Amino acid sequence: MKFFHLVWAGLMRKKLRTVLTFFSIMVAFMLFAFLGSLKAALTGGVQMAGLDRLMLRHKISFIMTLPQAYKARILNVPGVKAVCHQTWFGGVYQDKPENNIGTFPVIPEDFFEMFPEFILKPEEKQAWLNTRTGAIVGRKTANRLGWKLGDRIPLKSSIWGVPAGMSQWEFEIVGIFDGAKKTTDTNNFYFRYDYFEEARQREKGMVGWYSIKISDPARSAEIAAKIDEEFANSPYETKTEAEAAFVQGFANQIGDIGAITMAVVGAVFFTILIVAGNTMGQSVRERTEELGVLKALGFTNSRVLILVLLESCLLAVIAGFSGLGIAWVIVNTVEPPQMLPLVYLPQSTLEAGAIFAVALGVVAGIIPAWQAMRLQIAEALRRGG
Amino acid sequence: MSDSRPTLVLIDRVNRTFTRGSQSVEVLSGLHLEVKEGEFLALMGPSGSGKSTLLNLIGGLDRPSSGTLQIGSDRVDQLSDSQLAHWRARHIGFVFQFYNLLPALNAERNVELPLLLTHLSKAQRRDHVAAALNAVGLSHRTKAFPRTMSGGEQQRVGIARAIVTDPTVLLCDEPTGDLDRKSGDEILTLLQSLNKDHGKTIIMVTHDPHASHRATRTVHLDKGQLSDNPVD
Repeated sequence: MKFFHLVWAGLMRKKLRTVLTFFSIMVAFMLFAFLGSLKAALTGGVQMAGLDRLMLRHKISFIMTLPQAYKARILNVPGVKAVCHQTWFGGVYQDKPENNIGTFPVIPEDFFEMFPEFILKPEEKQAWLNTRTGAIVGRKTANRLGWKLGDRIPLKSSIWGVPAGMSQWEFEIVGIFDGAKKTTDTNNFYFRYDYFEEARQREKGMVGWYSIKISDPARSAEIAAKIDEEFANSPYETKTEAEAAFVQGFANQIGDIGAITMAVVGAVFFTILIVAGNTMGQSVRERTEELGVLKALGFTNSRVLILVLLESCLLAVIAGFSGLGIAWVIVNTVEPPQMLPLVYLPQSTLEAGAIFAVALGVVAGIIPAWQAMRLQIAEALRRGG
Repeated sequence: MSDSRPTLVLIDRVNRTFTRGSQSVEVLSGLHLEVKEGEFLALMGPSGSGKSTLLNLIGGLDRPSSGTLQIGSDRVDQLSDSQLAHWRARHIGFVFQFYNLLPALNAERNVELPLLLTHLSKAQRRDHVAAALNAVGLSHRTKAFPRTMSGGEQQRVGIARAIVTDPTVLLCDEPTGDLDRKSGDEILTLLQSLNKDHGKTIIMVTHDPHASHRATRTVHLDKGQLSDNPVD
């Protein structure tokens, strides 16, 4: 610690240069954190996915529907514990595009058994079972739109039109659910399938996809194959896969998020490495005489190496941590766009960022530090004089 | 009359040769010099005579190509780089022509630098720094940065930094070379006082005959050889 002021003085010797380098590193780490958040947002569903859950969809496309009657046949497949179907409803509130809500008709009993990560009070659960037009909504959406229990919510559906004799679908908010984990999506809106089935005017008896709970996750591939076999050569052939694989495939429609993130982060860090390395190199070259004086006073070669390395690491760590900190504040305070409901800064990103900051300091500083260590005192003093 | 004081610096048959490209240049040749404890020695000579090379050897900043260099009981020519660094910290105080203060540190932080290599506590370091700055008459400028100080003041800080660890030998390389006559005189008076009142052994390289008169002995160096008489 007694050398700290010496390290700090080295950084403050050229304030403008240090500040500019600080900001370039800080912005790089902010970008790193934002990309980490984006990756988490786009692949967050993979982490939410249950290990004991399969997803069954139409073999040709996710948007094609399947018979609701499949439920009983799926339940008969050995190893299947529970089945819950969902259907894409496409609910829009107040005709505003930004109010496009993930809306799904479900059978409440099946839904609760399938998704224990959605936490609802017992009385709200009961209210949903008792109310045919009842709906439950996630905390995030309820907060965003100011909905509370008892509110009557009109929605329009871009897919299913309106119920006969009505201008829009009407629901009563009977429950607001929270997530069991930070990563649980609390943006969606669920309503009762029996109301949906009765009110829709086409494709009755058809549903979007099935979530399937199995008894043994280790047998997921085997059970999935058995289910698909059950519906082979039918008009509605199926494709069943682990929920995580299904969600990952969905995210991959945008592209390989991991590869994109790594490419951008790699390019940014390489640039920053050169900037920081150049700053340290220039700083050491300018201080040849001062480093010679330190050695003349009795500072050993290794101590000079450590001082220069500490300087580089201190700059990289302060700037890097600042960037990560600012990104964390922004991600946690700014409302994410609707299309990215699960924006958060994963702890793994913060930990990786912290390691990168230290590594950047070491890599950027090692060559200048080595040069400083090898400096001949008499030569250094002569250059200064 | 012979000097009965013990020899502190013994330089015996010292050679120093530099290689520049394919050429060897012998800067010091078979040099012999003894400096007694408490002596104030002025080392004079024309440019290129090897004064700074000799001072660098005595200060452990360089090693002789051959010969013996002993200071106190230490064979300096036989120490490794790391041992030399520790030895310098304990035994040598440097005063440079251009002061060589660290511009980003204030006076007291500059003076404290050699003490960072000791095991002294923060409070002890502060006391030592205050005493050194007081000895050079700069108690009122402890927080001043080099850029705000005159040349004379900066050199006083340089001297305070050199004496703060109470070194065995004080090595001064043209300490008045960058100062006006008045400031130079003040620095020489200060060095004289350190020698007379505190018994410091001082070896001073200088071009200036006026400065050399303040020393207790003057030796002349020319073409790598010492003599007691000035070079024509």
